[in-house]
Amino acid sequence: MSGLNIKEMTKREGPLCEGHRMCPGCGAPTAVRQAFMGIDDPIVVVGATGCMEVSSTVYPYSAWRVPFMHVAFENAGAAISGIESAHKALRGRGMFRENIKFVAFGGDGGTYDIGLQALSGALERGHDITYICYNNQGYMNTGAQRSGATPKSASATTSPAGLKLPGKLQRPKNLTEIAEAHDIPYVAQTTLHNPMDVITKVKRAVETKGPAFVNILVPCPLFWKIDPADQAQVCKLAVDSRFWPVYEVADGEYKLSYEPKKHVPVEDFLKSQGRYAHLFKRDAVRTDLIESAQRDVDAQWEKLKMRIQSSQR
Amino acid sequence: MTSGNLAFAEAMRQINPDVVAAYPITPSTEIPMKFAEFVADGRVDTEFIAVESEHSAITACVGASVSGARVMTASSANGVALMHEIFPIAAAFRAPIVFGLVNRSLGAPVNIHCDHSDSMPERDSGWIQIYCEDAQEVYDTVILSVRLAEHPDVRTPVFICQDGFITSHCYEPVEFLSDEAARGFAGTYERAYPLLDVDNPVSYGSFVMSEDYFEIKRNQIEGLNNVPRVYGETMRELAALTGREYGAVERYMTDDADYVVVVMSSATGVAKDVVDSLRREGVRAGCLRVRVFRPFPADEVREALEGKLGVAVLDRSASPGGVAPLAAEVKSALYDCETRVPVKDYIFGLGGRDFFPSDARRVFDDLSSGNFEPGVRYIGLRDKCAAAEECVI
Repeated sequence: MSGLNIKEMTKREGPLCEGHRMCPGCGAPTAVRQAFMGIDDPIVVVGATGCMEVSSTVYPYSAWRVPFMHVAFENAGAAISGIESAHKALRGRGMFRENIKFVAFGGDGGTYDIGLQALSGALERGHDITYICYNNQGYMNTGAQRSGATPKSASATTSPAGLKLPGKLQRPKNLTEIAEAHDIPYVAQTTLHNPMDVITKVKRAVETKGPAFVNILVPCPLFWKIDPADQAQVCKLAVDSRFWPVYEVADGEYKLSYEPKKHVPVEDFLKSQGRYAHLFKRDAVRTDLIESAQRDVDAQWEKLKMRIQSSQR
Repeated sequence: MTSGNLAFAEAMRQINPDVVAAYPITPSTEIPMKFAEFVADGRVDTEFIAVESEHSAITACVGASVSGARVMTASSANGVALMHEIFPIAAAFRAPIVFGLVNRSLGAPVNIHCDHSDSMPERDSGWIQIYCEDAQEVYDTVILSVRLAEHPDVRTPVFICQDGFITSHCYEPVEFLSDEAARGFAGTYERAYPLLDVDNPVSYGSFVMSEDYFEIKRNQIEGLNNVPRVYGETMRELAALTGREYGAVERYMTDDADYVVVVMSSATGVAKDVVDSLRREGVRAGCLRVRVFRPFPADEVREALEGKLGVAVLDRSASPGGVAPLAAEVKSALYDCETRVPVKDYIFGLGGRDFFPSDARRVFDDLSSGNFEPGVRYIGLRDKCAAAEECVI
């Protein structure tokens, strides 16, 4: 991957043209842009229902410079399977290019929750596809509801912080590990802390024969309640606090992509966002929940380290 | 000898579609099972996707069809219901999927036998719906439907319905075309705006506000409006090969009939037998079978029924709290008649309840007795049932 030149890559036309309707500071279009930077082959894209699908296809315009299909919310995995199979059936006939790659995008709602079955089916069947979850940890298209990806204690509109309840009570599921449990050739987790990490991982995912899954943590300024300008900084805090470890699993071998030299307490990550503001009220700081978040982060990190060690044995 | 399911699968083998995505459910399972054998034996070169749900089956079909592939699948009952969300999307994408819908009751309670409660809720999905009487007709209709669905003036997916177990599993003689003739008739599929054309990228499934949604939906309806013409042309072309021609409706001794039973699918055979018996007894009985339900052949129905002394419409599904689907269509078609045609609606055969010649005879007796009181009557319902006695025949 050392051959990738970021300066050269930024000159490339992205898959989305200017004028799409996504919010300033939204991590999704950043993720899409970076994801495609290192890919040379033509790509066909499926989008699950969600912010990105709605905002990029407002008729009579489409922001997509590549073929794009949206069917519904829960079936991006199945839709991309059908397209990839059609290409297999038709590619020998000279009608279409041979080297097309197939990428599905789903938010965390469309991937962790309602689309998990279709994703699992696609991974199990071994289609030559890449599924990218742009994970902003909740249902943003409908107004910041909690999902299976929403972290514990975050205040979402269906798990609001109230007089009695301190935001979401449950921990999120670990979808990256669920994907890895399908024994597929490539799984990765990343965020927008460093463009090269997204670029190289998606490139590897797309170039890997068979199914690949990439989970990209992307901020939603409206839900996370951050300044749109702070997108990269918040992602950096997610990584530096070990809240969101960045790693990849190629053919079962785990590899950490970045290890903070000195990790920061998760409190710093939580404090950077308004969705945790209820934990930091003056005179009523929820030390118990902040400590609990730190314990979860530490446990998750230890688990990952063990996986890395045992896979490299 | 073959069955409706196997006749469907045989037509699929001959057509050799590019992609089949399917999920098992009784009684349609045999179709993908048999087809998987063809794949395993190398008798077709289809990409067969054994998906993890019916929802994914129809979604994969949509993706493949939009990509430019010729696509087929099959399902029944709850499988069809699970696909419900995607049917209007397939129609709006003008994805000419050929779908074997093997009719089975919708749970609850769970029941695997025939009625039309699975296909009728999909009548407004924008798909063509054709109901077959027997296995021969199933076979002929698959060959026909590939061309009908893909026609540039139609570009609309099609449900080929057959009665679960009654047609799908009973063996009867079926005449097949040669592989060459079937493939020659089907031709090849050329999609407009295929998704795989990366040099001319298009977006499918856009977000459309009130300014344009209405116009787009109206344009889509035009595909169904063109079906009668294209159906007629294509059917005549196929009939030249097979010697068998099916209209949108089948008129069995209706021309001079006083009393006509309107029915669909396999129960038609019973009704026709009883018409024969009654004719021998001097009763001018007739039977009208509705084969194409979407688009509904209202003109042909009106032409067949205008001036009759009595018409009975037999529905194999109910619309709880409303008029059953076939009765609603027939009555609506008769609204423009100069003189009112007396129509009585009946519900029969739910959950595979047998429809006997004695049942059909009681319906004709009902008509000739002049009983046209409003309200539905239930055929062959047992006692210990909530229905009032006068509603049961």
